[in-house]
Amino acid sequence: MNAIEVNNITKTYSTKKNTITAVDDVSFSVSEGELFGLIGPDGSGKTSIFRILTTVLLADKGTAKVMNLDVVKNYTSIRNIIGYMPGRFSLYQDLTVEENLNFFATIFNTTIQENYDLVADIYKQLEPFKTRRAGKLSGGMKQKLALSCALIHKPKILFLDEPTTGVDPVSRKEFWEMLKRLKAQGISILVSTPYMDEANLCDRIALIQTGKILEIDIPQNIVNRFDKNLYAVKSKSMFNLLNDLRAYSKTESCFAFGQYHHLVLNEEHPDMNELKSYLKDHTELEITQIKPNIEDRFMQLMRK
Amino acid sequence: MRTLKFLLRKEFLQIFRDKLILRMIFALPVVQLILLPYAATYEMKNITLSVVDNDHSEYSRKLINNFTSSGYFKLVDYSKTYSDALDQVEKDKADLIVEIPEGFERDLIREDETKVLIAANAISGQTAGLAVAYANTIIRDYNIELRIQWIQQPRLNAIPVIDITSSNWFNPQMNYKMFIVPGVLALLVTLVGFLMSSLNIVKEKEIGTIEQLNVSPIKKYEFILSKLIPFWVLGLFVMTVGFFISFIVYGIYPAGSFWVGYLFAGIYLIALLGFGLLTSVYADTQQQAMFISYFFMLIFILLGGLFSPIENMPDWAQYLTYINPVSYFIEAMRMLVLKGSSFWDLRYHFLIVIVFAIVFNGLAIFKYKKTV
Repeated sequence: MNAIEVNNITKTYSTKKNTITAVDDVSFSVSEGELFGLIGPDGSGKTSIFRILTTVLLADKGTAKVMNLDVVKNYTSIRNIIGYMPGRFSLYQDLTVEENLNFFATIFNTTIQENYDLVADIYKQLEPFKTRRAGKLSGGMKQKLALSCALIHKPKILFLDEPTTGVDPVSRKEFWEMLKRLKAQGISILVSTPYMDEANLCDRIALIQTGKILEIDIPQNIVNRFDKNLYAVKSKSMFNLLNDLRAYSKTESCFAFGQYHHLVLNEEHPDMNELKSYLKDHTELEITQIKPNIEDRFMQLMRK
Repeated sequence: MRTLKFLLRKEFLQIFRDKLILRMIFALPVVQLILLPYAATYEMKNITLSVVDNDHSEYSRKLINNFTSSGYFKLVDYSKTYSDALDQVEKDKADLIVEIPEGFERDLIREDETKVLIAANAISGQTAGLAVAYANTIIRDYNIELRIQWIQQPRLNAIPVIDITSSNWFNPQMNYKMFIVPGVLALLVTLVGFLMSSLNIVKEKEIGTIEQLNVSPIKKYEFILSKLIPFWVLGLFVMTVGFFISFIVYGIYPAGSFWVGYLFAGIYLIALLGFGLLTSVYADTQQQAMFISYFFMLIFILLGGLFSPIENMPDWAQYLTYINPVSYFIEAMRMLVLKGSSFWDLRYHFLIVIVFAIVFNGLAIFKYKKTV
């Protein structure tokens, strides 16, 4: 049995002027105990998929099942077995840490004590602040509390919509370690993120762009499908470099990528000396061949 | 039902945590009940008076004396001519002009008849109306006084006079506070029931917690009830505080049964909470909810007969008050507090408020199911 099954889901939003297709004929499945990532930029339709699967939004077309339960017909049963953490912090800011957790436990007909072992790892870090109001917590702490609240009723599936957006790098790392531990306890997890570096931490990922799924596979396979030579290029004047590289006749694509520009050439065995002489005006020039990552593959798919 | 209990516990926890709201709940009835009845009074005192005495006789002086000793008027100006007096009115120094013609005393004695001119500044219609009415009374009394002086030892009942004495039922002293206090009580309950409930639900939308509740097994009716019950309780609590204050400060307490009052307020609050719920369906932010509530509150209260009697309104406005729940509550409160009306006397009011409750709540729940 698959934990999640999505078949040909389409969702459009209509305004007076135009219609936006947020989710366009999307199908994928998540097996039980899997950590599945939806990777895509803002506005790619990730949140709409989450809202359909958590039964708060109706799809226009297609069917979806969570633990073999239909999201339309069996929505009440689904709500009992899922944990959902929306993208923006949505706990009661005027209640304390403990009151929030207690409230979410009670509305699922359980208690903190009953499932304490499940959240213990996370909640231990919060316990010193348990009488503090949720609104007064730091960003990372808020995230931990939200995860605790989503977990307190021992859900079978966890839906995490951009859980690490706006969280500092240390907390992000901790958060992903927590997810791994939860996975080890047999909880299936669907997580979305705009950060490509987090994609490697998932079992399988779906790359999504403007409502369409570009590719679904384990992260390594996705990277392997990048079949071109990739170079990281750097010089003193990065802006001119980008323009020059894009103007170069053998360039397939070139993107700014942190400190370097990632350059893809359209030849199988490119002549590096030719490129160097083309860029002779640039000082402190550095060209190295590098291994591609998921973002490079994403960029490649987007161009198709 | 177990879930409802937890939801209610959370609501009360949040309400009691919000110290500002808590203080307001106590401050609101105290301040409103103490300030409004004193400030919004219809009794006019210190109407400024400008006199043009062209006669300078004993009789004219006596008439002016009657004006100044009545307590309503304050003599601010003695003008030589009418146009001088009008100048005072234009400068907003005088509200009323009394012009006594030349030969006032002579005409009065010789011909038994004379004229006095009164002119009022009608920028404020209410002041002008009252000033003229008071002035008329004073002149009439003056008239009677003279007659008594002149007709010594009447052999027969020569001039038959119908003496009208009036008595003000339910409010013998025409104490304006008796009229306004029950109205302010109604206003308080309305404020808590309507404004606070709609804001509270919208707050859940605004901070996104409603998203979390939607994916939980909480049923919609449980959520709605958990939002309505606290403000129902709070509304009745505020009314109780209001009753206490009106008794302590004004000595006003319902002449009728408290229970009828609470029963009426209870049903009225259900109607208003339904209206608040309806507002919250349409508003996405607290700011929007605030504006919608304010829009209706202002109309409801001004057209509710709190300050100006509904009977004084033009016909079209009177029709509007038929669909204004606040006007029924204000009226019922006045009937209960001043007249001591019983449940049976208020049966139509009860019926109408029940209809309001059904319509507002039905509409709100129907809309709520569709949108949220």
